[in-house]
Amino acid sequence: MTATRLPTGGWIDRSQSLTVTFDGKPLNAHPGDTLASALLANDVSLVGRSFKYHRPRGIYSAGAEEPNALVTLREGARSEPNTRATQIEVFDGLTARPQNARPSLRWDLGALNQLLSPAIHAGFYYKTFIGPFRGTGFWMRCERFIRKAAGMGEAERKADPDSYEKVNAFADLLVVGSGPAGLCAALAAGRTGARVLLVEQDWQLGGSLLSAPRDRSEAWLQEIERELRSLENVTLLSRTTVFGAYDHDVYGAVERVWDHVEVPPDGQPRQRYWQIRAKQAILATGALEQPLVFAGNDRPGVMLAGAVRAYLNRFAVRAGRQILVATNNDSAYATALDLAEAGSEVTLLDSRAEVPASLTGPLTERGVKVMCAHTVFAARGHERVGGAAIAAVGPDGQALGALDWVTCDLIAVSGGWAPALHLWSQRQQKPRYDSTKACFLPEGGWVETQGCIGAAAGIGGTTAAFAAGLESGGLTPSDAPSLSDAGLGDDWTRSPQQQIPFTGITGRPAGKAFIDLQHDVTISDIDLAEQEGYRSVEHLKRYTTSGMATDQGKTSNLNALARIAQLRGTTIGEAGTTTFRPPYTPVAIGALVGRDCGLHFRPIRRTAIHEWHEANGAVMTEAGPWMRPWYYPQAGEEVTQAYRREAAHVRAQVGLVDVSTLGKIAVQGPDAAAFLNRIYVNGWKTLAVGRLRYGIMLRDDGLVMDDGATARLGEHDYFMSTTTANAAKVLAFAEELLQTAWTDLRVQVTSVTDAWAAFALAGPKARDVLGSLAPGSDLSAEALPNNHWIAADIAGVALRIHRMSYSGELAYEVYCPSGYGRKVWEAILGAGGSFDLRPYGTEAMGALRIEKGHVAGPELDGRTTLADLCLAGFASKKKPFVGSVLKNRPLLQDPLRPTLVGLEIEGERGAKPGSLLFAAEGPTEGHGEGWVSSPTYSPALAKNIALGFLKNGPQRKGETVRIVDFLSDTTLRAKVVSHHFFDPEGARQNG
Amino acid sequence: MLRLPCPLCGLRDETEFTYGGDATRTRPAESETDAAAWHDYVFLRDNPRGPHREYWHHVSGCRQWLVVERNTLTHEIGAAWLAREGKS
Repeated sequence: MTATRLPTGGWIDRSQSLTVTFDGKPLNAHPGDTLASALLANDVSLVGRSFKYHRPRGIYSAGAEEPNALVTLREGARSEPNTRATQIEVFDGLTARPQNARPSLRWDLGALNQLLSPAIHAGFYYKTFIGPFRGTGFWMRCERFIRKAAGMGEAERKADPDSYEKVNAFADLLVVGSGPAGLCAALAAGRTGARVLLVEQDWQLGGSLLSAPRDRSEAWLQEIERELRSLENVTLLSRTTVFGAYDHDVYGAVERVWDHVEVPPDGQPRQRYWQIRAKQAILATGALEQPLVFAGNDRPGVMLAGAVRAYLNRFAVRAGRQILVATNNDSAYATALDLAEAGSEVTLLDSRAEVPASLTGPLTERGVKVMCAHTVFAARGHERVGGAAIAAVGPDGQALGALDWVTCDLIAVSGGWAPALHLWSQRQQKPRYDSTKACFLPEGGWVETQGCIGAAAGIGGTTAAFAAGLESGGLTPSDAPSLSDAGLGDDWTRSPQQQIPFTGITGRPAGKAFIDLQHDVTISDIDLAEQEGYRSVEHLKRYTTSGMATDQGKTSNLNALARIAQLRGTTIGEAGTTTFRPPYTPVAIGALVGRDCGLHFRPIRRTAIHEWHEANGAVMTEAGPWMRPWYYPQAGEEVTQAYRREAAHVRAQVGLVDVSTLGKIAVQGPDAAAFLNRIYVNGWKTLAVGRLRYGIMLRDDGLVMDDGATARLGEHDYFMSTTTANAAKVLAFAEELLQTAWTDLRVQVTSVTDAWAAFALAGPKARDVLGSLAPGSDLSAEALPNNHWIAADIAGVALRIHRMSYSGELAYEVYCPSGYGRKVWEAILGAGGSFDLRPYGTEAMGALRIEKGHVAGPELDGRTTLADLCLAGFASKKKPFVGSVLKNRPLLQDPLRPTLVGLEIEGERGAKPGSLLFAAEGPTEGHGEGWVSSPTYSPALAKNIALGFLKNGPQRKGETVRIVDFLSDTTLRAKVVSHHFFDPEGARQNG
Repeated sequence: MLRLPCPLCGLRDETEFTYGGDATRTRPAESETDAAAWHDYVFLRDNPRGPHREYWHHVSGCRQWLVVERNTLTHEIGAAWLAREGKS
């Protein structure tokens, strides 16, 4: 192949030259070029190595369907593998490199794989899994090398420095594609005032018109574009690919906003992900030309005929001098004609026996040699085509005579056209094969809000597409500027031959004949799969991996089906088709993510006291989305020393902990008490205003969901608290019950979690601290016993003081409006100075509650019953409640169920949560007899303790068990005790 | 992506909702003590092909539980109303 840039013509801007580098070598390029056209213009024939066999490959197409010319674009953190050179708009400073070639593109060691090709045919992976040696060991050893040898480009490991964003769009009509059909559809709808979004993947409008000589359509395109841009209700989006069609008329598109420059301007996104909601969509996505299958059809210099024409007319690149055009339909005649007029020596081979003189005449007039009932059976050449074997061909695709070798530097092939019905098929039925038009058609769909027009609907010809576009909006051709006739062979649907691979007289090709160029699937792979019984197309596809590469079979699916049909002696329609799924072309994950990364993906929640915690040296920890103080280290302390000190201090003096993260739900209405009575296992009808009560709720299936205290603030006004983790779940469940089932209850539930800051003040001196802050309030044990609350005033802030204890000490919870949280927190700490009040974190809080045997998240894990938690006594027997029936299911009554116990651990070492419990003697097998849920060191008991669940637990007190941690392979011994380790009578909290 | 017509908020994306399951089942009365009735309600679901009524919770919107008619085969959405207004 000797490709050259022509001195005139095309849509490129010769007045500017751009610096473009491929594989370290500079290329001459102009604005308007793609990387592929620049490579061809510089006569670079070899651009990559193939996936499996590392065969030399060149540019094959001029669009999204490109199977061969995949390159890594840019360098360093911005590098992007597997980009299609045919769609890369050149820019100044562009660098690209080939992939899958080591040490270099021309001397690629991986090409030795070709010698192994008999061993790496279809089903290679599967066969390696099951043999030649037993087990997967052999496969695992091979895998390292296979993964390296086969493949695409390598992903960059550095963080992407560019930003991406998402937008939502709404339209009355989405038009995908800006060929004659799409432009006219947008125009017709635009004139009615409808909101129209016209999306084009190229940077230039025109679609197939750009492949024809420029003078034929330039004026028309300008006229249409001018009118479209004058309509305010029409939005034109170029450089944007609609990659997916989803339920309810939602479309995904990626706009390459600044992909056509080296570095996006400051603050600008590189790509933008559009989520488009359209009432109607017109898919004017055109058609993709299909390859011919023959031996050596992957050699650089074998190209799609339509692509050769596009390079000639759009980019002014003549891809060859001595050209063989091989076709099975009319469309390649236009390529042959344009090439002949550009001075190439052209021979056209048409595999059809009958071709009208209206097609052949114009070619022969210009000196093109036309041979009907002939085709190419093999291509010769290594880094570029040097010759081809041609012969007469029968209707079965087999040569009828001896092969005749001819010299050529380019083979332009056309195996017919496949409507680009991907977006249609993603939402609708499988398409139907039409043997007259030799293609799959988007017919039989049921979604009325979406349809194909023009070539995408299997309508051949520019004039027909023009008319169809106008008609979609109720216009006729006389309503728009007239589009001149597209010329020879424009209607590819006129009498094409059904796709069929070309093989020698034996029925086999004289060398590797590729079905799937990108995944290196040959005719013999399809034959082997068929021979081994893979009858279903879906199975065959996965077994051979045909159609499974990044191009998703845009140029291979049809030929794979053609070979199956040929082998079975059936039609392509009977062979079937596979399902199309998004995306149409690969989409960068970054574009879908947009700005939803890092903390924007998972925002954190901070309490009103957060800044104080940080300013005072707290080490923070995550609790779901919340950040909470874990501990407040003193000089040199780690968490272990700090929490022990903090917990001991609470028991000896007094401490303050931020519990603002607790879920808080306002339960209001005349039937609030009835609601609480149904959702909690215990009774609520007798709770007086001014009191609060601990409650437990179950799920409908009888397992424990959550616990917490609820205070009665007024006649119809309750304040429920939930655990931090279950706040959202409890609220949603309450709403479900009230709105779907208990609609007779007049109750409103509202999340007030963020409205209230909450602090627990705990320790023997807690009353003294509060008393000094709220001298007007009577905090005595008589006036404010446990489980009561009062309104109070601290630092001028009206708030509530709930008397309740989680730590087991004399304790109060202060609830104040969040906006005053910091003020109240600091006021309490300020007043507490003389009582040695100190803040404590969640780790000390956990140690204190474990000492008391209170359950928390590790115990309320969604698998435990009231009885498992030794809380069965809480459940009322006088009333039904959520879960009251199913909690009595027989399996939940099994006395052997692991039940909450305390564990006193021998020795200095504490247990790890999740460790398994085994009897003191006996085998260490299976899942054990229980597990450790919450371990801690107990400062009060001066030993390591834990809460855990043990089969038959309550009956085993005093027994010694083993705690086995299989992760660290350690075993501890522990005594089973009551889970109320500390102050079981509750004297301290009730004092 | 589905789009659901919330009677209070208008046509909204599926991502604002939580699926709430079969709306044709009826929660037993709280006084129901028959374990079989509760078992059926909690654990048994049909998997109908075609028209169906189901609950959706507009959890990132008005927080209302809706009954939505959805064709499980085609995702066609029919009427939608507040669950508190009844099942049909």
